[in-house]
Amino acid sequence: MKRNLNFIDAGSLLETNETTSVDLTKIYLEKIKEADELNCFNTVSAEQALDEAEKSDLRRQQGKLKSRFDGIPIGVKDLFCTKNIKTTASSRILSNFTPSYESTVTQNCIDAGLVSLGKLNCDEFAMGSTNKTSYYGPVTNPWKSNKSDAKLVPGGSSGGSAAAVAADLCVASLGTDTGGSIRQPASFTGTVGLKPTYGRVSRWGTIAFASSLDQAGPITKTVEDAAALFEIIAGHDPKDSTSSTKEKENFLDNLNSSVKGMKIGIPSEFKSDDLPLSTQKAWDDCKKLLQSNGAELIDMSLPHTMDALPTYYIIAPAEASSNLARYDGVKYGIREEGKNLIEMYEKTRSVGFGDEVKRRILIGTYVLSSGYYDAYYIKAQKIRSLIKSDFNQAFEKVDAILTPSTPSTAFEIENEPTDPVQTYLNDIFTVPINLAGIPAISIPFANDENDLPIGLQLITNSFEEQKLLNIAKNVQDTVNYESVPKNWWQK
Amino acid sequence: MISGWELVIGIEIHAQVKSKSKLFSSSSTEFGSGPNSQVSLVDAAMPGMLPVINKFCVEQAVRSGIGLNAQINKKSIFDRKNYFYQDLPQGYQISQFKDPIVGNGFIEIETDGQSKKVGIERLHLEQDAGKSLHDQDPNLTFVDLNRSGIALMEIVSMPDMKSPEEAVEYVKKVRSILRYLDTCDGNMEQGSLRADVNVSVNKPGDDLGTRCEIKNLNSFKYIHSAIIYEAKRQIKLIESGENIIQETRLYNIDSGETRSMRSKEDAHDYRYFPDPDLLPLILEDNWIKKIRSSIPELPDQKKERFIREYSLSEYDSSVIVSDKSTSDYYEKVVKDRNPKLVTTWVTSELFSVLNKKNLSIDESPISPNHLGELIDNIDSGKISSRQAKEIFEEMCETGESANNIINEKGLSQISDEGELEKLVDNVISSNPENVEKYKNGKDKLFGFFVGEAMKLSKGKANPKVLNELLKSKLNT
Repeated sequence: MKRNLNFIDAGSLLETNETTSVDLTKIYLEKIKEADELNCFNTVSAEQALDEAEKSDLRRQQGKLKSRFDGIPIGVKDLFCTKNIKTTASSRILSNFTPSYESTVTQNCIDAGLVSLGKLNCDEFAMGSTNKTSYYGPVTNPWKSNKSDAKLVPGGSSGGSAAAVAADLCVASLGTDTGGSIRQPASFTGTVGLKPTYGRVSRWGTIAFASSLDQAGPITKTVEDAAALFEIIAGHDPKDSTSSTKEKENFLDNLNSSVKGMKIGIPSEFKSDDLPLSTQKAWDDCKKLLQSNGAELIDMSLPHTMDALPTYYIIAPAEASSNLARYDGVKYGIREEGKNLIEMYEKTRSVGFGDEVKRRILIGTYVLSSGYYDAYYIKAQKIRSLIKSDFNQAFEKVDAILTPSTPSTAFEIENEPTDPVQTYLNDIFTVPINLAGIPAISIPFANDENDLPIGLQLITNSFEEQKLLNIAKNVQDTVNYESVPKNWWQK
Repeated sequence: MISGWELVIGIEIHAQVKSKSKLFSSSSTEFGSGPNSQVSLVDAAMPGMLPVINKFCVEQAVRSGIGLNAQINKKSIFDRKNYFYQDLPQGYQISQFKDPIVGNGFIEIETDGQSKKVGIERLHLEQDAGKSLHDQDPNLTFVDLNRSGIALMEIVSMPDMKSPEEAVEYVKKVRSILRYLDTCDGNMEQGSLRADVNVSVNKPGDDLGTRCEIKNLNSFKYIHSAIIYEAKRQIKLIESGENIIQETRLYNIDSGETRSMRSKEDAHDYRYFPDPDLLPLILEDNWIKKIRSSIPELPDQKKERFIREYSLSEYDSSVIVSDKSTSDYYEKVVKDRNPKLVTTWVTSELFSVLNKKNLSIDESPISPNHLGELIDNIDSGKISSRQAKEIFEEMCETGESANNIINEKGLSQISDEGELEKLVDNVISSNPENVEKYKNGKDKLFGFFVGEAMKLSKGKANPKVLNELLKSKLNT
């Protein structure tokens, strides 16, 4: 099956005038309309998109292109604030909120001439790994098992971003990743998802979930696309105090796929009897592939891997409980009137937030409370630094680490475990990376026995995205994974 | 204060950092602008907004720390203090909890001629909240976010003060130092400087008593009377066998009483934790050194210098240096002039006018230049001190310069002997009877001749020259 239109190719088609931005935009708007059932978009900004596309075409005629990707239509997770376009974080509490400002990430896209088709569905405030916590309902994975007609989750929290790319409702998309929210849905949908080094991409104007972990990144159809879109959104931003001052690199132009002489670490802690056989096989096949392409495999250990998940579920809710305090009905968003201030707060936040968000606010408030702070938050911070030092030591011996992205492939929407901790286990392979602040990428490698995509995760040291992308390209070019989901959703 | 009891007082001062823009945003900090006219996206806590530290506010805090003889911490951390309130848009205040920018220090205070060290525990930076307006509507509360995000320094003293006088002197001294450093304008009426006062009482030799905190005192008078009221209240409770409950109290300026605001049990759990949006604040040695070398002369040093250079008394020097503007004013006037004359005119005449009109020295109707001019005229003998007082009063009313008034009114003194001789001759020739009586021994009539001559000169005759002339003419 022919691959869907990717970012690099779209750039070439526009460059050779085989298509126009307006034509591409119209095609995608039509596709979006026909894919209602997937529920990928919270808001489709058709009018603005066509307007921007026209301007792009005009720029092309006048030879005043903003970048070589000027005019390519993309989708934006509904967590990035977009000027004059509703931004909800998939929460009822912001269901009436339209920012007067543009996030740095989306502004960078505008500055490159990209056209936004609209705002993509996600888990409420990016909390979830199934996209079922969205106030606007779950996103459906365009992939289906070859053994059942049941609808599958696309993963989360950037479920809409991943599903939209997999279903070709946009050329590429923007997501955010706090504990795996780019890589896990990318893995579930057969797409490429890059979580950059913490500080590479500005957080200004992106609705915060857990400030010390949040990082925006691209979800794309190829590794080259990921390099291109990452290059567009990355860079220092004086408005974000945690933004790195490192020079932006030319990730796309410097992309090469050689892994000769590279040392690839295989962490023993990620091995498990619970891992599905097909995932285990994909992992093994990839090791062999890298080995035969000239890399050296190194067995290694990340001793605190199993502590990562509980650590994450203390730090992330703690920060979230504070970050979400501003949604109080006073200044913006919905308000439920009450007899007094406290009652107004209680009513507004009771109806404004969904269960998962409330659960994490409660956990976060609890772990920060006096008397519990040392036992939970401080301890979690200590373990976090142990996890970081695990990776630091590992990268003295290896260039990159290879693991599965997720412990399973996509599961049925109706079959989500009722115990939230079971759902949290989805992130077991991805959260250590956020805690360490390092970059990682999920790339599709093969399909399992149900014909569902399996993603593998590559990890490098901080600010080594170039190396990460190079190895990912090597794997991509060797396996030549070209599967796309069958189009069952078209009306 | 109350015999048989000891007082222990510790004070937290909230001083607004003098800075054009806020602690984490570029909004203006100007006082008195229309409601919500100085509010950025960050100040209003819009989704996705992030704080960026204002380096100048950090510099001001370091400067203040140096002025308080305190340790400057090269690494400090901003924490979030979490609580819900309508005028706190983020749902948390960014403050410094465990690791403040300034550590231990001290200042010297003076009461009844005795000087004493008061310890400083810390100084930290934090954001101010907005302002809730409850009096605009019977049912609604309005919120003005102009203050939201303005930088404050919280300066915490050790519990080193033993009397309301010491407490007041402490706040006065801190205010004075900050004003010298230009890090806080010290305007207490506008709320730029306010104090929370912790008070406890105990019998000599006993352990310290349970303390109560009186919040938000914004005048020296209130600090003084609130402490007295609170100490008496606590003593009365203890003497009647009751326990003091640790609590926060508010001072009612109308009744002069304090009342309970909340007890320790009701205190918020602020859930402090390091703000993940901000990196630890790291200060470079060189930068601190640079600030240190730019610290101006502070009140204690200035006091010594004034005593040395201008032969001021301890008391006069203390009074003049206690306020930076006053000392600046004094120095402008005293430059190249007679210090004794200048001191008298500043501390008695000028101060009494300012007191009467309730004006600060910055609002003085008489500029230092004008006062200097007046003093020059006195010193050169051009005008008498009696005339000087008249001219001074006129200057207060009109703001005119001394020279202008002297010229306009022709007030300058006649010292020319030739001119005065004519006057004297005139007086003697038109009062032959009195001249006769004087010569026959009625010495008291001398005053009459002086008066007559003065009258003729319209009060402008130089009394000294006139006296001498009259004496020599009448005695021959």
